[in-house]
Amino acid sequence: MDLIEIKDLHKKYGRNEVIKGISLNVKEGEVVVIIGPSGTGKSTLLRCINLLTKPDSGEIWFDGHNITTQGVNLDHVRQKIGMVFQDFNLFNHLTSLNNVMIGLTKVLGMDPEEAKTKALKELEHVGLLNWADHYPGQLSGGQKQRVAIARSFAMGPRVMLFDEPTSALDPELIADVLLVMKKLAEEGMTMLVVTHEMGFASEVADRIIFMESGHIVEDGPPEQIIHHPQQARTKEFLQRFTALHSGLHNNSKND
Amino acid sequence: MIEDFLKLLPYLLQGMVVTLKVTFVSLSFGFVIGILLAIMRVYGGKVFVIIATIYSTVMRAIPVLLVVLILYFVITSIINLPAFWAGSLALAFASGAYQSEILRGAFLSIPKGQMMAARSIGMTRIRAIRFIIIPQALRLAITPWSNEAAILLKDSSLVYVLGVPEILRQAQYFSARTYEPFLAFGSAALIYFILTFITNRGLEAVQRHYMIPTSLSNV
Repeated sequence: MDLIEIKDLHKKYGRNEVIKGISLNVKEGEVVVIIGPSGTGKSTLLRCINLLTKPDSGEIWFDGHNITTQGVNLDHVRQKIGMVFQDFNLFNHLTSLNNVMIGLTKVLGMDPEEAKTKALKELEHVGLLNWADHYPGQLSGGQKQRVAIARSFAMGPRVMLFDEPTSALDPELIADVLLVMKKLAEEGMTMLVVTHEMGFASEVADRIIFMESGHIVEDGPPEQIIHHPQQARTKEFLQRFTALHSGLHNNSKND
Repeated sequence: MIEDFLKLLPYLLQGMVVTLKVTFVSLSFGFVIGILLAIMRVYGGKVFVIIATIYSTVMRAIPVLLVVLILYFVITSIINLPAFWAGSLALAFASGAYQSEILRGAFLSIPKGQMMAARSIGMTRIRAIRFIIIPQALRLAITPWSNEAAILLKDSSLVYVLGVPEILRQAQYFSARTYEPFLAFGSAALIYFILTFITNRGLEAVQRHYMIPTSLSNV
């Protein structure tokens, strides 16, 4: 049984259908990278999975349970599905430590001392133990994103969703975040990652999904998608994409 | 003149205590009303939004003095409350409408991502409002709220029409007895000025204390 099973998912915003019948399975421990042009429903798909956005039709099965039926305790489901956002969304009034702690104490009901120990451990995990007492406003973008990853990871999720986690970062800050994500992947975390970082995708992903206009166009191992795409649309996107980004990538490698 | 002022002072000080009590009661009840209305309008369903919007619109369209008079007669026809309480509650209902607008603005300026992030770690909506949204919104609201506090401090003089012996009422008694209106009302004005000044300064200190550090220099 797969950890996540999505069956014929549809989502409309007004008259604009963003997701037009997506079916997708994700196995425990799998790292799936989703690529595609902007505005093709990648983020919406992620938000449907933890039901921050309600799909119009279709089913999502998580860990053997249909979470799109009536009467499901969504707060309970969301504890098990971590999410990392493009613009971090750290709680601005709380220190790094408290950002990680608040879910432990206020959601899981953990004892404050125990929660503090665990939160410090998670901050250490993302390399930010020394920044525990800083507020988000005092951190760089890369540090904020790592705190956000720690906040999400501390809840003990079965899967983590990453919604363009490095898109808002300066190029020199991206590497630290990707490194933390790679570490999580190596530790066996199930991950769905929407990203434009092809280097990360080819190195870390088990599968790459190419999405366009609300459909999954192609789904396969990185080797296939990046080097031998079967679909003309995938090929076209990657060619345009590499033409656009190759210069940038070479520069950042020289840094 | 000095002698008259010294005679006047005990009355005004008594009045000041009443003024402070009226202000405190109406400001705190008004805050409770205001925050509930703001939450209803920003996070509530359609019915809540309509109720809260109507309340706020109607209350803010009527002169506060009229609100006090109307509510005084409404409240005292239901329960037998002393003028102090009826007046203070009436002011609270009016102030609640103004405070709800201040707090609504603060709630709306908290980025949507804060709520989303809170929900994503499994927080219920109510807890997210309580632990994530309100602490940030209140910090934003302190400055406009201080203004409302100062306005309410002065508007507390309106309950004088109900015979509540606050500063203005005391000044009026004194003026009627001694035929020295300028001294009486001038001194009352001075006391209001001092109270407002202290309130504003105090709230500025509160704001500084709760300011969220944003740069390394603030560590």
